[in-house]
Amino acid sequence: MKNHKVIVVGGGAAGLQAAATLKELGVEPLIIEREMQTGGKVRRWHRLFPDFTSASEVLATLEKNAEGIETLCGVMVDSIDATGVTLAGGRHIKADAMVVATGFDLFRAELKEEYGYGIYDNVYTSADIEDMLNGDGVRLKDGSAPGRVAFLHCVGSRDEKVGQPHCSRLCCITAVKQAMELRESFPDAEIYNYYMDIRMFGAGYEEMYRSAQEDGEVRFVRGRISEASPTIDGRVQIKAEDTLLGRPVKMTVDMLVLAVGMTAAESNGRLGVGLQSGGFIAPRDLFTGAVYSPDAENIFYAGCATAPKNIGETLNEATAAAVKAAEFLLEK
Amino acid sequence: MSVNFGYTISLPRAVDLDRNDFSVALRVLRRLPELESCIGCGGCTATCTAGAFTEFNFRRVQTLVRRGEYGGAYREMNKCMLCGKCRLVCPRGINTRAVVMTIKRELGTGY
Amino acid sequence: MKRTSWQEYQKKVADDDYYYVRSCIRQNFFPGSEKAFLNIIGGDLGRSIYENPEHTTCTGIGYHSDIVPMETTMTVVARQFALLTESGRENLAVSCITSFGLYTEMLETWHEFPETEERTRRYLKEATGREFRKPKNVAHTSDIMFHHREEIARKVRHRLVNVKTGEPLRVVDHIGCHYAKLFPKVGIGGAEFPHVLAGMVEAWGGEVIDYPERRHCCGFGFRNYLVKANRGFSIANTHKKLESMAPFKPDFIITNCPGCPMFLDRWQYTIAEMEGTTYGQDGVGIPALTYEEVAGLVMGYDPWALGLQMHQVNVEPLLDKMGVKYDPAAKYLGLNGKYIGKPADTAVNINCGTQQVIRNL
Repeated sequence: MKNHKVIVVGGGAAGLQAAATLKELGVEPLIIEREMQTGGKVRRWHRLFPDFTSASEVLATLEKNAEGIETLCGVMVDSIDATGVTLAGGRHIKADAMVVATGFDLFRAELKEEYGYGIYDNVYTSADIEDMLNGDGVRLKDGSAPGRVAFLHCVGSRDEKVGQPHCSRLCCITAVKQAMELRESFPDAEIYNYYMDIRMFGAGYEEMYRSAQEDGEVRFVRGRISEASPTIDGRVQIKAEDTLLGRPVKMTVDMLVLAVGMTAAESNGRLGVGLQSGGFIAPRDLFTGAVYSPDAENIFYAGCATAPKNIGETLNEATAAAVKAAEFLLEK
Repeated sequence: MSVNFGYTISLPRAVDLDRNDFSVALRVLRRLPELESCIGCGGCTATCTAGAFTEFNFRRVQTLVRRGEYGGAYREMNKCMLCGKCRLVCPRGINTRAVVMTIKRELGTGY
Repeated sequence: MKRTSWQEYQKKVADDDYYYVRSCIRQNFFPGSEKAFLNIIGGDLGRSIYENPEHTTCTGIGYHSDIVPMETTMTVVARQFALLTESGRENLAVSCITSFGLYTEMLETWHEFPETEERTRRYLKEATGREFRKPKNVAHTSDIMFHHREEIARKVRHRLVNVKTGEPLRVVDHIGCHYAKLFPKVGIGGAEFPHVLAGMVEAWGGEVIDYPERRHCCGFGFRNYLVKANRGFSIANTHKKLESMAPFKPDFIITNCPGCPMFLDRWQYTIAEMEGTTYGQDGVGIPALTYEEVAGLVMGYDPWALGLQMHQVNVEPLLDKMGVKYDPAAKYLGLNGKYIGKPADTAVNINCGTQQVIRNL
């Protein structure tokens, strides 16, 4: 059987970038992707924060750079060790080095039962909003335009109750971006964002937040929604505390959008590499060893497999992991 | 004999973290260290049965206790009916019912 | 409504050989309900039910009103389990929601803090000489009715359908707080989407409606009601629920707690007197029934034998919709044929002047 130089596990943003970099460095990698096409979560997104760059443009660049690289789609990797990868079903593919770019899973909003996702019409996740933006635009279940929308931050993040203690970092800015996109589509709509803390860590994020407040007339209420319930006309009644007032508030909205967090990929548990307590893969260390595996010297990590990251951070890390993998092959 | 000038020296409004006595707060936190992880999201107060019709605000009262502000805390916590809805929604997994009981026990009825 | 998540919360409910423990207050509030349970499950379905006359209060009301200390409650609960053990049965069938919550709470406490169980065993032994085994199955009697709902559906006389229009009746379910809000895992469907009553309604032909304050308290809340100065909170809760469900025009409310049907029923009269508003279709009130009463109607029991005259909101409009036959003249006659009195009418804005009947007693 053919011995591959490097296998890139995962064909999302991190995997494509790592593979393209390896190719540039003269190493022919093999990408293994579990979905039927590469592109990962970026494919589902419409425009990207903080400047509304089209996600498909970014993806087109990544795919162009990775053009011609041997790719197995619809193939699930079961486990990884220093000798190569084992596919679901038992087939083993040998490789000299591996770049693990398995990404993350979106939090399953139905686990937060009190918000009624999947039960009440007009409760959506941020990913559903992207689907609608990619399609015919954002609409309520009955096809009409929303007059009042509430976004809820931190759904499946910083929440012990669903085993997701970490901050997913990107949901805040995603909710702000989507609030502005809804403002663009619905100039007269009332748009509210309910939050516990606003975390704007990236370049241009805080500016986008301020723009949402000033230009977008998005209202921010500091309080976490405790429950949602359906009304007779298909709207959603929500309850929270306005913690800055110290009083409970309730309001009825046409649409409730749950800004879902990034959870560790469920498949991480099977890979056979060390994990952090939250289920993300554990790198050698968080400073000088972020792309190295502590388990084997020929395994490298890139992107959200190890923690929630934005696309820029992911691509940088993928480049770094690819360079280190190529260096490893040279030194061997 | 003090002279009545028709006014008194106004009390400062600041929570005085230099002078406040934290002994009760520390005893509460030693029993329930996770209380310090409260992010003040207000989920507890939003879902509170007692707070629906009274001014009881669990988030505010337990924060005041942690700052060493005990005045009225026992009386306020007594409004809690221990229904536990707040415990269901708390994203930090704080045992809110135990917080109510511990604060009441540590403070005593004098507050 | 897409409501499937209840299926993730399943509990084991014993099929037969029940040890039945009554509620302290249900026989005063709606005295026909427990009898109906015994008749339906024990009689019609032929299951074996045992009752022990030595059974006492679980202390729930005193416990939740800060009068009875937890150690006492644990010991009383241990005594109930000792009676169960002595009877040779293992399946506790609890009629009261608060008792069900309390038994669950004590069992959970013993599980988490084994020293409290040891202490309780010692207290019980010293006080009564008794010993106990924990029940194998603890179910609320609404769990048991839910468990047998299909069998009851096969014996149905009157489906929960409007006989004139053929449309399913629109039913609001209200679950007692102590059923699943204390421990979501012990309730069928959990705390957010309880299915125990909804399952019965659907099995018997009705339609369950969801409304914004579905999970809100009925307004009993021991301290809210027991202290008169607090009753404004009690009625405010009921008011909030009724306001929230009113636009859905429910045909009736089904409950599984001793207090809920009482307060959802009686406060309708009080609100009508205070504000002149009577809820329900045509402004005649929304009947708030127990699940045993609903099962009894479905099985063809006489409404007055079920004790439906104990409701202040008149049930006749509902009986007419279901096509249940009844004798209007017999409504307020007791089992001995004597007049038992008549409550004031809830529909004050329609029938003014009928209120003096009971108010002055």
